[in-house]
Amino acid sequence: MKIMEMTALELGKAVREKEIAAKEALEAVFRVIEKKEERLNCYVTLDREGAFERARKLQERLSQGMEAGPLAGVPVAVKDNLCTKGMRTTCSSRMLENFVPCYTAEAVRRLEEAGALIVGKTNMDEFAMGSTTETSAFGATRNPWQEEHVPGGSSGGSAAAVAAGARFLGSDTGGSIRQPASFCGVVGMKPTYGTVSRYGLIAYGSSLDQIGPLGRNVADCAALLELISTWDKKDSTSIDRKDTDFTSALTEGIRGMRIGLPKDYFTEGLAPQVKRSVLAAAELLKERGAEIEEFDLRLVEYAIPAYYTIASAEASSNLERFDGVKYGLRAEDANGLHDMYKKTRSRGFGEEVKRRIMLGSFVLSSGYYDAYYLKALKVKALIKRAFDEAFAKYDVILGPVAPTSAPRLGESLCDPLKMYLGDIYTISANLAGLPGISVPCGLDEEGLPIGMQLLGNCFEEKKLIRTAYAYEKARGAFAVCGEVG
Amino acid sequence: MANIISDETIEYVGILAKLELSEQEKEQAKKDMGRMLDYIDKLGELDTEGVEPMSHVFPVENVLREDTVTNTDVREELLANAPGEKDGMFMAPRTFE
Repeated sequence: MKIMEMTALELGKAVREKEIAAKEALEAVFRVIEKKEERLNCYVTLDREGAFERARKLQERLSQGMEAGPLAGVPVAVKDNLCTKGMRTTCSSRMLENFVPCYTAEAVRRLEEAGALIVGKTNMDEFAMGSTTETSAFGATRNPWQEEHVPGGSSGGSAAAVAAGARFLGSDTGGSIRQPASFCGVVGMKPTYGTVSRYGLIAYGSSLDQIGPLGRNVADCAALLELISTWDKKDSTSIDRKDTDFTSALTEGIRGMRIGLPKDYFTEGLAPQVKRSVLAAAELLKERGAEIEEFDLRLVEYAIPAYYTIASAEASSNLERFDGVKYGLRAEDANGLHDMYKKTRSRGFGEEVKRRIMLGSFVLSSGYYDAYYLKALKVKALIKRAFDEAFAKYDVILGPVAPTSAPRLGESLCDPLKMYLGDIYTISANLAGLPGISVPCGLDEEGLPIGMQLLGNCFEEKKLIRTAYAYEKARGAFAVCGEVG
Repeated sequence: MANIISDETIEYVGILAKLELSEQEKEQAKKDMGRMLDYIDKLGELDTEGVEPMSHVFPVENVLREDTVTNTDVREELLANAPGEKDGMFMAPRTFE
């Protein structure tokens, strides 16, 4: 079997059993990167030398008969908001252009411990603020399926890199895993809040951020998630759970699985082709024995205003640390400390980041705090309640990931509010802390991928994985864009 | 509805956010923020009387531990990222004469 066609665990096993050298696995990935990176711009930083050095050391250990982890020699890329010791970590911002962390994020450390080889850092919306990867200070990433389209965001670089063949893409963050996965025809998963340690993740909205995997298929995502899930005392919101053996859910049986279709996810605003593909996916699951039923989820239209209020408020606080003192950019021509803060931040942050910091500062300011921030937190409680009611009746909620397929480059940023509306189906999972997975379910007439989303109750990732895996098997192989490896 | 953001408000937000805005940026920010607040005002349609604000989805408790040092000395590495450094400390511009 070709290296690029193997799952992460298959490749790890082959490397451990010395059927494939770690070096060969890396070479296969770098061949694809060399061919495509110039056009797609998936990576902010590539660490070819370091990756091959780590591969050499791994091989040495293996030849001495030492043990290696399940991802031995598996090339993985990491979103550029996860700290990597000694490897530049920019958040795709001028502010952190030359920032080199002195520690590694817990999730990344766990992957490395399992034997994974980090090949580089993927492009993203600046500080994860955006839905297209166009707010990156280092240029937009292009969608590998149609290069004049965006890959989605904020994890656009990661999703595009997986779709472009650099398989086994690693950890990722936020509500913006599922949407770029959908736009790029790959699988992306956000676990229950607290499942993966956020230690070493550069914070955007701390109560909403979660790290998760992106991969070619459900099996890779389950394997990566299983390895990065951990109770970590370095993250006080990390949860001690025992049921993180997610690969055990890679079984096809979904007979009797109760799947709810929220009517409010299929109303106006949803592109007809997306609707058709997602409903066809539901039909396929029904044929496999699932019980499908429509229901009213309620409150869907309130998720975006609540989310942007809370996320901006948290961002304004989290991003205060970028003040030109401890790391990152500093404006050298300033007149005194305060002027230095202001000049540094005004030059280091891009437009979208400034927009959210200002909105966040405003909704937290005295006189407006109750009316906006507190109100949003109350609405969040109502949204959680609506999901609790839904999950009393259903195992899984099925719907679209985004209202459309990937927009063209340049279309979204001229109207931020319109861009925010594209997050309508994904954002409530972040508010309610729920796990969600995005699985490719079709192509539109332009040949762009469409994704379906499965949402589960908190801690019920296994139901999602089972359903997604069953769907994947029923669907058959998904089209691959271009030649791979 | 239409939220009109005044010059004073944008000035104040600039101070809170520690951002220096050009005249053009201020005008744009007034427009953007007004539009966004119009949209957020939609939350007002919901009756949230008696609803507890939810900051965390799960009940969180204080996590306490012994105050022991577990990390190693990485002062050199930390300072390597600092824009200004002097005698093993961060250097910032003068705050008063």
